[in-house]
Amino acid sequence: MDYKAPLETYTGKIKEVVIGRGPKAIKIGGESILPLHYFEGAAARRPVVALEIDDSGAAGWTEWAVEPYQDVVSDPLKWAGKCLELGADLVCLHLESTDPQGANRPAAEAAALVRRLVKEIDAPLIVYGCGDDKKDVEVLVAVAEACRGENLLLGPAVKENYTDIARAVAENGHCIIAQTPIDINLEKELNVKLLKQLPPERIVIDPLSSALGYGMEYSFTIMERTRQVGVVYGDMAMQMPIIADLGRECWKTNQARADREQGMLWESITAMNLLLAGADILVLRHPDNCRLLKEAIEGKL
Amino acid sequence: MAIKGTDIVKRLPEGGKKNCKECGLPTCFAFAMKLASGGSAIEKCPYISPEVRSGLEDALAPPIRPVTIGTGANALVVGDETVLYRHEKTFVHQPGIAVLIADDESVEAVEGKIRKLKELKFGWVGQTLRADLLALQNKSGDPAKFTAIVNKVLPEVDCPLMLISQDTDALLAAHALCAGRKPLLYPVTAQNLEKVISAVKAKAAVLAVKGAGVESLVHLTKRLKEAGLEDILLDPGSRDLQSAVRDQTLIRRAALKQGFRALGYPTIAFPCFMTSDRRRETLLASMFIPKYAAVIVLSDIDEHSLLPLLVQRLNTYTDPRIPMSMEEKIYPINNPDAGSPVLITANWALTYFIVASEVEASKVPAWLCVKEAGGLGVLTAWAAGKFSGDSIAPFIRKCGIEGMVNHRRLVIPGKVARIRNELAEALPDWQIIVGPGDANEIPAYLPALVKSWKG
Ligand code: SF4
Repeated sequence: MDYKAPLETYTGKIKEVVIGRGPKAIKIGGESILPLHYFEGAAARRPVVALEIDDSGAAGWTEWAVEPYQDVVSDPLKWAGKCLELGADLVCLHLESTDPQGANRPAAEAAALVRRLVKEIDAPLIVYGCGDDKKDVEVLVAVAEACRGENLLLGPAVKENYTDIARAVAENGHCIIAQTPIDINLEKELNVKLLKQLPPERIVIDPLSSALGYGMEYSFTIMERTRQVGVVYGDMAMQMPIIADLGRECWKTNQARADREQGMLWESITAMNLLLAGADILVLRHPDNCRLLKEAIEGKL
Repeated sequence: MAIKGTDIVKRLPEGGKKNCKECGLPTCFAFAMKLASGGSAIEKCPYISPEVRSGLEDALAPPIRPVTIGTGANALVVGDETVLYRHEKTFVHQPGIAVLIADDESVEAVEGKIRKLKELKFGWVGQTLRADLLALQNKSGDPAKFTAIVNKVLPEVDCPLMLISQDTDALLAAHALCAGRKPLLYPVTAQNLEKVISAVKAKAAVLAVKGAGVESLVHLTKRLKEAGLEDILLDPGSRDLQSAVRDQTLIRRAALKQGFRALGYPTIAFPCFMTSDRRRETLLASMFIPKYAAVIVLSDIDEHSLLPLLVQRLNTYTDPRIPMSMEEKIYPINNPDAGSPVLITANWALTYFIVASEVEASKVPAWLCVKEAGGLGVLTAWAAGKFSGDSIAPFIRKCGIEGMVNHRRLVIPGKVARIRNELAEALPDWQIIVGPGDANEIPAYLPALVKSWKG
């Protein structure tokens, strides 16, 4: 028996999602190959790396993750600029201070901040609410309206609150992050529901990213299956790009807090795994890891 | 691509119609079914011709050969994997992590690495994690130096060994020093293949073949198999991340989806030869864990780089269908005493990790009682009736916590605030306190709680 390379081609194709507008817009998705399988076909766009900022001055961040931004964390505008300088493809803002359990900043203030940011910075913007189902509706709707036409990637929309957020996203020309708790069935269910309000080109899947040692393998497997179902089996409800918002999860582990180099590896290894599983957007905290993961994506590692 | 019983029966004596029962089974068909499921051995039928037998043995062998490196209690078994993705079925044999020592390194460096290999051990979810093999490289080009380091290391370590030399004579001479320990030899190439075959006896070594590309490995493994040397590992020679993903994928697919025997062996990966930067090296190693490598060779190990890789390895090789669960017991955190708060949670390992890690971060000494709840998280366990007041009460009574603390205050997860009354009724002498709904609030919550008690 002679060797014949077992190359595979698939009919399913991930939807192309555009974030941002004008010359600074970027496109993610578009591939009909498995993650990093560039030997089996080209991808319209390779995965991208975002660096995370927040509106609470990096409160609670591990010191090694704050270091690169030491002088700018109090000013989200400068901080976002620094992220881009340090190599990020785009910026991911977490509206931490809107949390009712914390500073409980009003929605209007958060919206004003996002509006300033999106006008100033030279890259597309991802915006995450604080994760409180009810407050997120208020905040994300206000942000969507204040930034009409800017094509932000906004979320998380979850099964408890997606309707109003999806409506604001649709009416104001943005994209949505569909978030489910590490469960492929719930993930598909939410996608199907969102598809009634938005075209697939405006949806990005967030199956939740757990850190290494804290359930990363579950996130890995959900992402891997999602991508297979979308590309190999052509399930239209699962053909959206995937976002892995993993930096925050990694840096809050005891292992990352205990030792700088261990923290760097905790984040980069989690990112490497979720990249291999199918993530199209990696959200990290440390710029050195951003550089490393970009090397991996660009075939330079 | 496992062969079916119905295909086997056609190859049995008289087309499977002899039915003489000498194999101990009522019919040839029954015997064929047993063979297919691995429940019987071909030898049991005395009438199978040698040709049919070797054909059947081939068809019945696992698609990726299990290979044992080393001997005795520390021997490492790799291979015998049956799937490409862990959601299909569990990956079974965790890749061995090898530490590389070159014969031109200083005595201190060599001793430092040996010490780390022996001493770096980590406790994780009740398991002990550590590196597995020692790789010795004849980097100096001097065969005498290589022999010297092999001789030095042999009595010092009892883990499986790997020997690396571009000089085949030096490689074989080093092998002769430790053939009884079944070391892994590298590289076996088109150039030294015959020399290796004439010098190495079956079961005295595992041979790691090196090619330039996947296809180039095929004639090497075919020739080795012909010579009776089947303990083989494959190195397709790719030395960057994306080529490695490609080659590892092609080899695994060829073995599993095409049933291509010549590539049905475990693979070996060399992050140590792919970069001189340790962080990049660790990251490459982390790619090889889900991407099928069976042995991963690192230039060095440190606590901070080895721990994440070993945790990743453990996680990647768990059964994705069974939730990890913790043993039901009381876990002391931050050295608690009789006055420390008592918390309770369910026994999903992820729940435990997060809660334990946040309690630790709070710096408050506390007792964390983990209740058996079918390996589920708090809310799902409650929904399944495994984390109700009725079931928590007897656990609190019998787990021993009542003898360990001088108070009766129990903090329950905020997510199951609804069980408070039920639990208070079942444990009338305990004060039931509803804790935070999210574990990340614990570091703020616990110190405040303890402070309020002190009044
Ligand atoms: S011993 Fe062989 S020939 Fe006889 S019944 Fe068993 S399989 Fe058939």
